[in-house]
Amino acid sequence: MSLTRTLRQGLWQNIVSARKNVGDRNLTRMISSSASTKEAQKAEEKKQPESSATDLMPAPALNRARFVYPEFLPDPKMEWRNLIREKLERSDMMKRRRNIDIPEFYVGSVLAVTSSHVHAQRKVSRFVGICIQRQGCGLRSRFVLRNIIDNLGCEIEYYMYDPTIQKIDVLKLEKRPDRELLYLRDALPEYSTFPLDMEPIPLPEGSPVPVNDIKVKMKGRPWTQKWEKKGLLGVEKLEISQKNLIRMARAAKPWEKHDLMLEYRKTIPEEEQKEIFSEVYSELHQLELTRRKMKRKRMFVKPVKSA
Amino acid sequence: MFSNLASRLFHTTSASSQLIKLTRLRVVDNSEIGKQAMLEGKPPRIIHIYNKSGVGYIGNKVLVAIKGEKKKGVIVGCKKHQIPRAPKFDSNNVVLIDDSGTPLGNRIHVPIPLMLRTMLKEKTYKKGTDYTKLLAIATRFV
Repeated sequence: MSLTRTLRQGLWQNIVSARKNVGDRNLTRMISSSASTKEAQKAEEKKQPESSATDLMPAPALNRARFVYPEFLPDPKMEWRNLIREKLERSDMMKRRRNIDIPEFYVGSVLAVTSSHVHAQRKVSRFVGICIQRQGCGLRSRFVLRNIIDNLGCEIEYYMYDPTIQKIDVLKLEKRPDRELLYLRDALPEYSTFPLDMEPIPLPEGSPVPVNDIKVKMKGRPWTQKWEKKGLLGVEKLEISQKNLIRMARAAKPWEKHDLMLEYRKTIPEEEQKEIFSEVYSELHQLELTRRKMKRKRMFVKPVKSA
Repeated sequence: MFSNLASRLFHTTSASSQLIKLTRLRVVDNSEIGKQAMLEGKPPRIIHIYNKSGVGYIGNKVLVAIKGEKKKGVIVGCKKHQIPRAPKFDSNNVVLIDDSGTPLGNRIHVPIPLMLRTMLKEKTYKKGTDYTKLLAIATRFV
């Protein structure tokens, strides 16, 4: 990362100015991948096959990738972007993925994480829980698991690419209609209770990930947040007082959904997503296929000759 | 439920999740005094934290006021946001100990963080307070 830091100051300026002047995306890539002019020329020669590779990235594959591997997309905040760092991070992420299987999961899926723990008795700890939050990008992407153990709610946050993690098992693969399930902290305990020895519930291969439309019942107030104002979909209807309704109407910004510039700043453009995923998708896909093959192998039981 | 009542017309801020002086705690061991205090709905209050920052974290020793008495305790779980891989709990838990580090109860009914195993061992020294007895009465670690 020290390399990144030294290169960062000058190069980023160059990249931004080059973008402004020429408006050619491939030039940006050239600058970021090579320092000297000779290499830049070579890169120009290679430009043709590269651009055809990006065209080969089919639309359904991209649509799937952006939800299955959201951590590969960088934070869209312009001040925090650094193309070289992002590239290095992606290569590090792929290195990690070659060593352990980081499965597809969503907020609402039930996971079991086995990790090395210096403080544990056999140096290994396992935690089972529902994923209530997924945030961050790149190597800093992390998720929060919640479970109720001995009638006490416990939450543990894990970095997805933490080298101490030994295994991530998806016990139940499903989605919820909300982006975050932090409201489970104020919901009745049965909605976040999962047995520690829970058996994995297999999903038939090739079937779409089911969306769980369960309506959660909340505990009585006081709550940790004002859930009634958040427009939650996975919660039984909450009462909103007249006063709050008036306040919400006053604070509402109905024009924001038409603000194209706001959306542009909040998201990574499709062309850039294509560029990012065309770099890693073929290998990710290959890893996924080998994992599936291994799974089938494990499930197959050799028939025993009877008498 | 309460939103229709007009009684709450005053402004309230959300509670600080840090453990400071006068924070209420939940006794999680089965000591007699702890059980009674929790049943009466008068959970103990921190009156001193034995560290320099004045904010209690997992593994810190605290002095609590419980049923008109002063008792020492060890914090074994916080509501506060924790670093990755450290557990965050739904309540602020404490286990009561005496001056020599022996727990007042003989069972802890909730999971306690794994890192306490190392932290409390490091704090223990010969002829001083022995905190490791607390680990022996725990039923589950997370």
